[in-house]
Amino acid sequence: MSQPGIPASGGAPTGLPAQNRASSASGSLYTNGPVQNALMSSQVSVNEGYNSQLPGSYPHLIPAKTLNPVSGQSNYGGSQNVSPLSIYQGPGQTPYRPPVASNPVTPSLHSGPVPRMPLPTSQNPAATPMPSGSFLPGAIVQPPLNWQYNYPSTGSQTNHCPRASSQPAVSGNTNLTSHQYVSSGDPSLQNNFIKSATPQHANKNPTMSVGYSYPSLPPGYQNTAPPSTTGMPPSSLNYSSGPQGFTQTPLGANHLTASMSGLSLHPEGLRVINLLQERNMLPATPLQPSVPNLHEDIQKLNCNPELFRCTLTSIPQTQALLNKAKLPLGLLLHPFKDLVQLPVVTSSTIVRCRSCRTYINPFVSFLDQRRWKCNLCYRVNDVPEEFMYNPLTRVYGEPHRRPEVQNATIEFMAPSEYMLRPPQPPVYLFVFDVSHNAVETGYLNSVCQSLLDNLDLLPGNTRTKIGFITFDSTIHFYSLQEGLAQPQMLIVSDIEDVFIPMPENLLVNLNESKELVQDLLKTLPQMFTKTLETQSALGPALQAAFKLMSPTGGRMSVFQTQLPTLGMGALRPREEPNQRSSAKEIHLTPSTDFYKKLALDCSGQQVAVDLFLLSGQYSDLASLGCISRYSAGSVYYYPSYHHQQNPVQVQKFQKELQRYLTRKIGFEAVMRIRCTKGLSIHTFHGNFFVRSTDLLSLPNVNPDAGYAVQMSVEENLTDTQLVSFQSALLYTSSKGERRIRVHTLCLPVVSTLNEVFLGADVQAISGLLANMAVDRSVTASLSDARDALVNAVIDSLSAYRSSVLSNQQPGLMVPFSLRLFPLFVLALLKQKSFQTGTNARLDERIFAMCQVKNQPLVYLMLTTHPSLYRVDNLSDEGALSINDRTIPQPPILQLSVEKLSRDGAFLMDAGSVLMLWVGKNCGQNFLSQVLGVQNYALIPQIMTDLPELETPESARIIAFISWLREQRPFFPILYVIRDESPMKANFLQNMVEDRTESALSYYEFLLHIQQQVNK
Amino acid sequence: MLPLGFRRARLFVMASEAAWGQIIAFDELRTDFKSPIDQCNPVHARERLRNIERICFLLRKLVLPEYSIHSLFCIMFLCAQEWLTLGLNVPLLFYHFWRYFHCPADSSELAYDPPAVMNADTLSYCQKEAWCKLAFYLLSFFYYLYCMIYTLVSS
Repeated sequence: MSQPGIPASGGAPTGLPAQNRASSASGSLYTNGPVQNALMSSQVSVNEGYNSQLPGSYPHLIPAKTLNPVSGQSNYGGSQNVSPLSIYQGPGQTPYRPPVASNPVTPSLHSGPVPRMPLPTSQNPAATPMPSGSFLPGAIVQPPLNWQYNYPSTGSQTNHCPRASSQPAVSGNTNLTSHQYVSSGDPSLQNNFIKSATPQHANKNPTMSVGYSYPSLPPGYQNTAPPSTTGMPPSSLNYSSGPQGFTQTPLGANHLTASMSGLSLHPEGLRVINLLQERNMLPATPLQPSVPNLHEDIQKLNCNPELFRCTLTSIPQTQALLNKAKLPLGLLLHPFKDLVQLPVVTSSTIVRCRSCRTYINPFVSFLDQRRWKCNLCYRVNDVPEEFMYNPLTRVYGEPHRRPEVQNATIEFMAPSEYMLRPPQPPVYLFVFDVSHNAVETGYLNSVCQSLLDNLDLLPGNTRTKIGFITFDSTIHFYSLQEGLAQPQMLIVSDIEDVFIPMPENLLVNLNESKELVQDLLKTLPQMFTKTLETQSALGPALQAAFKLMSPTGGRMSVFQTQLPTLGMGALRPREEPNQRSSAKEIHLTPSTDFYKKLALDCSGQQVAVDLFLLSGQYSDLASLGCISRYSAGSVYYYPSYHHQQNPVQVQKFQKELQRYLTRKIGFEAVMRIRCTKGLSIHTFHGNFFVRSTDLLSLPNVNPDAGYAVQMSVEENLTDTQLVSFQSALLYTSSKGERRIRVHTLCLPVVSTLNEVFLGADVQAISGLLANMAVDRSVTASLSDARDALVNAVIDSLSAYRSSVLSNQQPGLMVPFSLRLFPLFVLALLKQKSFQTGTNARLDERIFAMCQVKNQPLVYLMLTTHPSLYRVDNLSDEGALSINDRTIPQPPILQLSVEKLSRDGAFLMDAGSVLMLWVGKNCGQNFLSQVLGVQNYALIPQIMTDLPELETPESARIIAFISWLREQRPFFPILYVIRDESPMKANFLQNMVEDRTESALSYYEFLLHIQQQVNK
Repeated sequence: MLPLGFRRARLFVMASEAAWGQIIAFDELRTDFKSPIDQCNPVHARERLRNIERICFLLRKLVLPEYSIHSLFCIMFLCAQEWLTLGLNVPLLFYHFWRYFHCPADSSELAYDPPAVMNADTLSYCQKEAWCKLAFYLLSFFYYLYCMIYTLVSS
């Protein structure tokens, strides 16, 4: 969490008063003006670091600062609310450092929360012996106060100077924080305290020794903004019971050291942030998922957050607490992600809990060598004899060292009892639209060429089967029987009652008939060039394909270029272009249930349908998409695809098709998600069919699919400290093995609202909200969904304000963990799925919604809130170095046009596309050294590759781009955009912090939220 | 009055039966009597899917009769000027109307969509709804019986 733009000292403040005065026109919205003013009038140099870094960013919105000592006073008074707290703390001050007599918990257990701290035990007990009769024993009240001081945050050095001068005693790094502690939560207030309040309070608490514990920290870290005293309001003392769990039964070998009061892991996490004042909340490096507050030993065994993460890394103890927090509880999964390292276990018995069938995992506890206790249902199970032997170390009697118990992500080779029929062979069926319209687009060439190139790379084995169907108003089958001289085409014109001619020769073994297949792929693009047939009988073709595949199951890839017009499943155009911009009356629901029913049939026969829609006109993706959605396929959409007029799409199509053909695939899969007793899963998001309340049926599973689930707390989790979630994916690999991939995630349970907020994972929350909003748009309306998104922010922040913050400060106070929440929700509102006011075509909107549902979280977040880098001045400073390659790491910029400049070049990483925008006055150096052109006008209109030049600049940017590409399994295309490019609109559309005709700017959005929250 | 009362009673039993049928159907939906390993078996997938579709189909077939019987009742109460009874029934009538017309815009389907019905919250909502309606029907059945006997005795 570095703040790139902060000047080290008060260079900027000189500019600020002027800026504030200039902006005094719009002051009514701004409630804490007076405070700022007070500090400004007296001591300019104590200016907040963050103000100084937004020269002109919100100039017109920074409101009036009228000189009003009274209200300044009242703010100060408000902050005195804190002083009772400090009185409580009295006994806990270090000089006495009384023994922890009132506390049954031993200090060593208490040290749990601070495993990373150099002096683990001393400071926490210091906090505990408050008048303990009124508090839960062992409640650690103090730690939060401790941690916050050490946060190396925005409060820059400037804060330190005046303080040091007003209180000479605090110059060192030990004692210094005493007055800071007192100076309440609001960053804007702190300067007042420095002037007047500090000395008094410091006297009251002369030895408030919160700083003692971290002597090793550099002094600069100690004088940081202490905004989150409020993070620990007096009221919350009553149920601050994080560590109380320690008194309870040990969880077994793995858990002896378990500790989870945790506040330890994120000192910075305790800050409260006033979003209206701190602008640069976006970290300069990619946002890391929040880490659960678990003991290191547990955390290092935990599942990789890219595979499995939870919206709340601290699970609330009761549903009431969850409701109070107003944050959604759910899981986001990417279960079949391509992994570099995956332990695979082959053993004849897979150890599972006998009652809930949970797979043994790192978070179970071994009662003794022979028995283990399930962490989901708490049943005690026996350790089978076989499991006693550890194949890795070849030691007998160490069941807890087995790979199953050491890895949260593991794959089992399933023994024969997991398959009641032989695993299915990999079967691929391609269904091509060959009507006039389709031939016009020229997509057949690309597909056939890609297939020819990748025929050997299709995942499979000697049993792989392949087949082809084409259709226009009739359906064409291709007999590829071994021994034929050339493929034989069979035409079925009866589309009302489709039958399959000679079914045994249509799906053929790829190895045996490879030449025929290649023949067919070579001739197919030419076969229909003269066709005049404009009708499309997609429905009957799908039925035929389903019939052909139902004996085996497999993957059906459908290429469609227009609205189906014939036979079953014919659709009619529903889009009214002049209604595009209005949020209501748009057709997001399917117009027929034909595709849904067919998809369910497919699901039952283990057939997945992947839809490639390459269409210029409206094709009713809302109806067509159902075929993929319920059969666990995926949808690809290439609007206005044309082989000559739209080469950019062609390239994208080819790259994605290549990934599609060669990526891993799992057949006849099911996924079950289990969670600890007390939690229950109630809604699933993604492409699948819910076969039973916890079992998802996935005819195919691919590594690019993500899933989300929503959960609720059904029974109170008061007697447990850890909850676990386990997803088990049983699938048949392309090699014909039955495998089970198991991921287990372990999270702490907390009992206070504050801790729930501290553990919120803002990316996961936004991802889950996006999924929920898609559902809402379909069942209710788009405007409902948009309102729901905004309300989600408002509700949770109001809950935070009313329940966690003790003193009501002005401004928009958010916990550190949620500091990007408003930004991400605003980005969602401007995302294609939910935006209004633009001419988003209905199909594109629906495709964006499909993507929200089906993409893993990482890519969803990138498409929603892309990363922006300035790349014309890349340097090796802070560069990564991987395998002798130096990869520059430019900081991520905010998505605002204000960050762009005409004399620079900016790279936007939006997940599946990269856009390089070159400013008009971009340096000649960049043009010639990187783009290889002489001047700006010579940049080609369509440029999707950077030339590899022998210059350091070129090497750097190419290294950076290829590093970005390596991080994802697909190949994002790079578009070079100059001012007149048609892509420029796409680039600018992603500038989510800016105002558009129909959407608020980030700051306006914050003001809106503030208004609602403070109501 | 008498024949009307009898007919009412018979009709009412039918409406209650519809609600009862729903409860059984939901229960069947919820339970999947297979061992977990068996459930994962692809063969079971087909069978289970058929089951779910069949139940949803059945549920959908029950919806219209139940709603129409209930509306018929309300109309009869209106004709008989039984204001109190009508008042008791009107909320449910409106709920039925809302339920019937508030399905997603373009879809030709009513509630009980096979892909959606297995979501635990949908399922539990439907189940609760069915129990509540059953209780309502039973209570009103006895209330009507009482009214009928009362009129018989007093006349």
